[in-house]
Amino acid sequence: MANNRALRKFGRNPLAVLGTVLIAVLVLAALFAPWVAPHDPLTMDLLNPYLSPGSPGFLFGTDNFGRDILSRLIYGSRISLLIGIVVVSIASFLGTILGMVAGYFGGVVDDIIMRLVEIFYAFPFLILAIAVIALFGPSIFNLMWVLGLVSWPLYARVIRAQVLSLRETDYVEAARAAGMGSWRIMFKHILPNSLTPIIVMATFGIPEAILASAALGFLGLGVQPPTPEWGVMISEGKDFIRRAPYLITWPGIAIMIVVLSFNFVGDGLRDALDPKQSDR
Amino acid sequence: MFNYLVRRLLTNIPVLLGISFITFTLVTFAPGDAISLMLGSETVNAANVERLRLELGLDKPWYVQYANYMKGLFQGDLGTSITSQQPVAKQIFERFPNTLVLTLSAMLVALLIAIPAGILSAARRNRPEDYGAMFFSMLGVAMPNFWLGLILILFFGLELRWLPIRGMGSLDEGFWDVISHLILPAFTLGTALAAILTRLTRNAMLDVLAEDYVRTAKAKGLKERIVLYKHALRNAIIPVLTTAGLQFGGLLGGAVIIETIFSWPGLGLLSINAIRQRDLPMIQGSVLVFALCFMLVTLLVDVLYSAIDPRIRYG
Repeated sequence: MANNRALRKFGRNPLAVLGTVLIAVLVLAALFAPWVAPHDPLTMDLLNPYLSPGSPGFLFGTDNFGRDILSRLIYGSRISLLIGIVVVSIASFLGTILGMVAGYFGGVVDDIIMRLVEIFYAFPFLILAIAVIALFGPSIFNLMWVLGLVSWPLYARVIRAQVLSLRETDYVEAARAAGMGSWRIMFKHILPNSLTPIIVMATFGIPEAILASAALGFLGLGVQPPTPEWGVMISEGKDFIRRAPYLITWPGIAIMIVVLSFNFVGDGLRDALDPKQSDR
Repeated sequence: MFNYLVRRLLTNIPVLLGISFITFTLVTFAPGDAISLMLGSETVNAANVERLRLELGLDKPWYVQYANYMKGLFQGDLGTSITSQQPVAKQIFERFPNTLVLTLSAMLVALLIAIPAGILSAARRNRPEDYGAMFFSMLGVAMPNFWLGLILILFFGLELRWLPIRGMGSLDEGFWDVISHLILPAFTLGTALAAILTRLTRNAMLDVLAEDYVRTAKAKGLKERIVLYKHALRNAIIPVLTTAGLQFGGLLGGAVIIETIFSWPGLGLLSINAIRQRDLPMIQGSVLVFALCFMLVTLLVDVLYSAIDPRIRYG
């Protein structure tokens, strides 16, 4: 019942619907990249560099190595989506478990976990990520675990608050009185009722991770060339900014569209799932 | 108030220890080949690696190293840079004011855009002005700042040649030299925050505009401007300023990227260069200073906020 109402509310939000459609297109493009992309993203054609957008066969033009930009963008969507999903999975998993434990058990455990949250909060997110990646070496694998590891505290904080309010409810009390173990209560009763904020945060977390990974790719600390990651593409294109400005324009627009889409969906989900939100 | 201040300072002690421990581990527990990486072009042979290990004190147990590290910190000693052979602390404090100038200017840019835009948006709710402001707000959040920086460089620096795109001006060349060098980086860094704060100002204003006292003021026949700026804004601005303060860390993180693009000689550029040269003590020092600075600002915002709004102290 409630889900139907939420779904209807989500469906009446034009931006949320637009975001959903764009994300669907993106996911399809990423999944079927070898069939959708007109060219191989890595094949160089040194005879045809800097073809301007609209050239026959190269809708978005070619880069300094004669590689097809559209194909690189399509393959790049695989990487950005993968990073976004993996980072959010790591962060929400860690954050949910730690937040739940902190809220449910309270006391010393809570103190330790919340101090940890504060310590992580004390670092500007990007700076900690940059420093750790610099030490472990830049790679997509390091990028994902580092970004995941530095973004869990947000989830922990919200879930903890959620658990604190659920812990004293009658049905949890009843489960406890019936002799249910703490972990079972957490996973069977508390977690399902805390899913809404997790889902909303995860939806906003994906574009954040994509932006961060693009920034790190741009700095040379993320995905490495020649892999067609969008941030890397901008970094490579910046040296030819006057000759071929579209080398950086397209990947920037791609990043923006993805981030906007996820933000639209996140806004829509929050409004639809959270009855306390007023309509604005 | 005094009790609150003391309590707030005390709760920061574990956080401080945590920060120092994390920056400490950055070097100590770095993967084994970090040292040979640090030697880089220098001949990587066993003797050189061993020499550097001894120099960094990596041969001792980690708790001894941590104690030494903390001892150094209390004396303001952040170690010696591998590349320049100068004290890390000295270099950091030479560069730090530049980063502060950049981030504070970006904050100013953000507030100067966000507050008028947010007020306009709330006052003209669901009209073209509101939609326009919200559209740019959404765009501003979604735009990668390094990309915006490059586009601005291309447009205002390379095509129109209106503004310089590299480095920091000098007062010897006149005031305009300083300002003109600051405009593009500050605007680039401040855009995302401006976008966030515009939306926040709008929502805070809408909340306040629905209050009874605002309705009373309107009913009295006061001009809209006076109601907006005198009655509504005063109350709506508190959450906006708080968020602005708490977002300072985001600006510091962004400064690393923006300083790289605009060759701004601040702490961010220093740390990125340190990373490129594998200068571990310098990386460690700059991360620590970034975190300490962020912590201090957060503390300051909390304290100021509780001074303005006494309810916070008992939260």
